[in-house]
Amino acid sequence: MGCLLAATGLSSCVHVKEYQKNRINDAEMVLNNRKVEKNELNFESYREAASGANAGKTGGGCGCN
Amino acid sequence: MKKVYLSVIGFALMCRLNVHAQASQDTLPRNPSVSLYTPVEKDTTHNTGYSPRALHIDEINLVSSYYWQNGDHSPVTGGIGTEKVTDISNGIDLKLVWGDPNYKKNSLTMGFGYDHHTSASQAYINLSGASRKGGDRIYPSLDWTTENVKKGSSFGIGAYYSGEYNYKSTGLDLHFSQKTADKNGEFSAKLQAYFDQVTLIYPAELIPNTTTTSTGGTTVITTASGTQTVLSNGQVVENHHKNIPSSARNTYTASLGYSQIISPRLQVMFMVDGVAQNGYLGLPFHRVYFADSSKAVVEKLPSSRYKLPVGLRANYFLGDNVIIRTYYRYYIDSWGIKSNTAGLEIPLKVTPFFSISPFYRYYDQSAAKYFAAYGVHTPADEYYTSNYAYSQFQSHFMGVGIRLAPPKGVFGWQNLHDLELRYGHYTQTTDLVSSVVSLSLGFK
Repeated sequence: MGCLLAATGLSSCVHVKEYQKNRINDAEMVLNNRKVEKNELNFESYREAASGANAGKTGGGCGCN
Repeated sequence: MKKVYLSVIGFALMCRLNVHAQASQDTLPRNPSVSLYTPVEKDTTHNTGYSPRALHIDEINLVSSYYWQNGDHSPVTGGIGTEKVTDISNGIDLKLVWGDPNYKKNSLTMGFGYDHHTSASQAYINLSGASRKGGDRIYPSLDWTTENVKKGSSFGIGAYYSGEYNYKSTGLDLHFSQKTADKNGEFSAKLQAYFDQVTLIYPAELIPNTTTTSTGGTTVITTASGTQTVLSNGQVVENHHKNIPSSARNTYTASLGYSQIISPRLQVMFMVDGVAQNGYLGLPFHRVYFADSSKAVVEKLPSSRYKLPVGLRANYFLGDNVIIRTYYRYYIDSWGIKSNTAGLEIPLKVTPFFSISPFYRYYDQSAAKYFAAYGVHTPADEYYTSNYAYSQFQSHFMGVGIRLAPPKGVFGWQNLHDLELRYGHYTQTTDLVSSVVSLSLGFK
């Protein structure tokens, strides 16, 4: 069901050409975490039980959860 | 699962709405924003923008943070007692890049980090508060990635190490990505494994204070804080760490992601991780006090845990000066914890090279099945912990960041490509409060 909905959604996205990507390529539009957020993700993984799905750690590598 | 479906439905609707919106706008850029892109000699045959280059330093990033917190629910003292912590973190990443005429772009990223912390509760591993409060951690890393620019694919491997007094970790990862034919979508996958060793430093009152063994004239005295070896010639060798046993903790993660450019102003990313952990998943110096007993025991948690976080990011460029960055994550694990995380950050471009970014993050979680406060657990419980990281709570994290990236370099220094400074204040409904200030410098 989820896959079907995702496929439907993605198929309706418009094709964006390279010359139209000046805003998409802006440094603050990046879909990853900011570099400056790196240590914030660390303390959140220590103080909270949930982790992952954010390109950060999912456990391991420290005495955290 | 219902929330996952709702997210996907929302994503589908977002795409549909944008198809209609795009029909009448954004087909031509009206006020193109400024790009820092520097033209180079490109491959024009395949329109990849690829330019083979010899080995060179692509970028160097420095990130430093100062973190401080206070609270009154330390797990070291059974869910009561000070949680004062300070931590200074410094990390450097050096990225080397080289390319060849076969559209292969290689990058080697070397990282090194060093943290120093002080923890008031750590002193209470010994009941008298005499244990040391400070500690250091080092964490080098190495990643090699090769990208086929023509095919839009990449493959890489990474290695990681983290070492501190009571915890050692070695990690490995494999990662792969593939862009769609139109270069507007990208699928990514990553497999990670961490092999950790937890040094079994128990609360001082819970291990035999002193044991003495003699072999061939050498006497070994084992205490709560390590060993003292008296050689046959009378020489005394102190060793505060060696011979304290450790226990394994392994973490295996499979991460999948898919990012899609929806329109010239909107892009989204869907992420899911499957995580399996096994081994010693508590910490040996976390105390638990049972009801009607003043004597502590060490927290006891299951030897396996499975986690399933699912995340969605959506970034939208509104007008010419405002960007809306959003994030949502739903999390569930085998210890009974369910959690929601929602983040919003709005970078405002004061000039094309200077932005101010207020942000807010909301987080909530339900309690783990094994959590109870000080003096609530009973000896009949199979597992028990009073670590408030497993309690039910909400948290709020808010602050502001600034980013400078002028074309002639920050403060006129051409090599200093960008500077980010960010401050955030964090509060939990457990009464834990903390603040963090971070500085990132990017050199090219």
